[in-house]
Amino acid sequence: MAHSAAAATTQYNYDIIKKFALMALLWGLLGMSAGTYIAAELAFPFLNFDIAEITFGRLRPVHTTLVIFGFGGSALFATSYYVVQRTCQARLASDWMANLTFWGWQLSVLIGIIGYVNGITEGKEYAEFPWYVDLLITVTWVLYLLVFVMTLMRRSQPHIYVANWFYLAFILATAILHVFRNLSVPVGLFNTTSYSLYSGVQDAMVQWWYGHNAVGFFLTAAFLGMMYYFVPKQAGRPIYSYRLSIIHFWALSFMYMWVGGHHLHWTALPDWASSLAAAFSIMLLLPSWGGMINGIMTLSGAWEKLRTDPIMLFLITALSFYGMSTFEGPMMSLKSVNALSHYTDWTVGHVHSGALGWVAMISFGSFYHLIPRLWETRLYSVKLVYVHFWLATIGIVLYIASMWVSGIGQGLMLRAFDDYGNLAYTFIESVVFMHWPLVVRMIGGMFFVSGVVVMAVNVTMTIRNAKLEQAALEAKIAAKLAKAGA
Amino acid sequence: MMQWLSNMENTKPLALVIFFVVFVGILLYVFANKKRSKRLESYKNIPFLEDDEAGEQKDKDSRNG
Repeated sequence: MAHSAAAATTQYNYDIIKKFALMALLWGLLGMSAGTYIAAELAFPFLNFDIAEITFGRLRPVHTTLVIFGFGGSALFATSYYVVQRTCQARLASDWMANLTFWGWQLSVLIGIIGYVNGITEGKEYAEFPWYVDLLITVTWVLYLLVFVMTLMRRSQPHIYVANWFYLAFILATAILHVFRNLSVPVGLFNTTSYSLYSGVQDAMVQWWYGHNAVGFFLTAAFLGMMYYFVPKQAGRPIYSYRLSIIHFWALSFMYMWVGGHHLHWTALPDWASSLAAAFSIMLLLPSWGGMINGIMTLSGAWEKLRTDPIMLFLITALSFYGMSTFEGPMMSLKSVNALSHYTDWTVGHVHSGALGWVAMISFGSFYHLIPRLWETRLYSVKLVYVHFWLATIGIVLYIASMWVSGIGQGLMLRAFDDYGNLAYTFIESVVFMHWPLVVRMIGGMFFVSGVVVMAVNVTMTIRNAKLEQAALEAKIAAKLAKAGA
Repeated sequence: MMQWLSNMENTKPLALVIFFVVFVGILLYVFANKKRSKRLESYKNIPFLEDDEAGEQKDKDSRNG
């Protein structure tokens, strides 16, 4: 594995990247553990223990906030700060502003989750933060935009590398989404409650415009930025087609904004808005697969790396899951398929094939590439990376397969009629049917979390070794100096 | 003019034409000109330009022949 020279650590601001990377792992471990626990609660409801703070309703936003904003967000801050510096060959524009983004972001996540377990929430999926946290995020995000753009302006390269386009689109789109979704009027300065500016179907439309673009720009475009840097770097060869990446970028950025309505098929949303969303969702398949092919074909002529490099396995498997979930998504956006899949566990499985298979796997691969370079050392154990990979992959397969069984079964049972037009099954019969798939899903989650524990051990030992190596080097230099002095 | 634009039956095909033309324009910009294509493809090496990673620089040099 290549090592960065010491010069890189002084030329670039690596401290901020280290902090974000470590927090990403910590939040990831906590968030995925919370997810596994609530999965267990659904299979075995006694685990709620009648304690309000740990019921599914309270812990679910803790899980989603920790994995999306805590883990995903911190991973994006870390990698975007790394990629923008390395591809522009310029140090981050402002160390203190970058530090403020760190503290602002971590504080937002922390205040958010403490509020959720105590019942303080705006109740909007993926936008549960109360109004005062929304304001803190807004300030943090403006600083993030400033740091990123000012660093781009300081670049030594005439061209801005495509990974930075994806990161910048993510920063700009998230700013718009965050502000407009959270427009609300607080009840009072010292009151946690606020009222949304929107109501009825408009509120639903704004919610899913926000929700799906959070998927599109936060969980897709930004992680594609990660892909466009770390896949070529780990493969040791440039991206398959730079021109394809340009088409990928513009088509994806344009099309994602229109598809949120597919979350509201068969509701009070006007039919034309729903159809428009479905049409754009189908079209999205093209740029999504274009990007996937671009990433995977980067390995063209060097496929043997998949046999020898577990980090490459993470990155390419992530792209494969990206391809699978971006095929499944458009299919589920069709009104006829959606009539069966919506409000069932199939949706949950789909989300996790993207979240675990794409977002988490590409992040893990990128971190395994990044962490030894940040600490100027080698990974503690490559074998443990293989162990992590298989735990994660088995976990995802168990998760997705069980949710297909549960969701499709649930959907079929809830819309089955007998010869007289009565519902063929009672609701509780569908719940009984779902029990075993829910148990398997919980086991899948346990596999995945175990993999993250293995990664945490590997990263901890890597950093510990780096410190030992550094101490040994300093002692050697001191001894040489003493000898020269004598 | 404003009245014509306010009619959805007019603006929907207009939007379609504008977006389609822009998309075709981007395709032509990216793929049509050989010299430009070569320049755009050269940007793919930016992640490998870091001078502090000697091994990777060597890889890049060998790629460029």
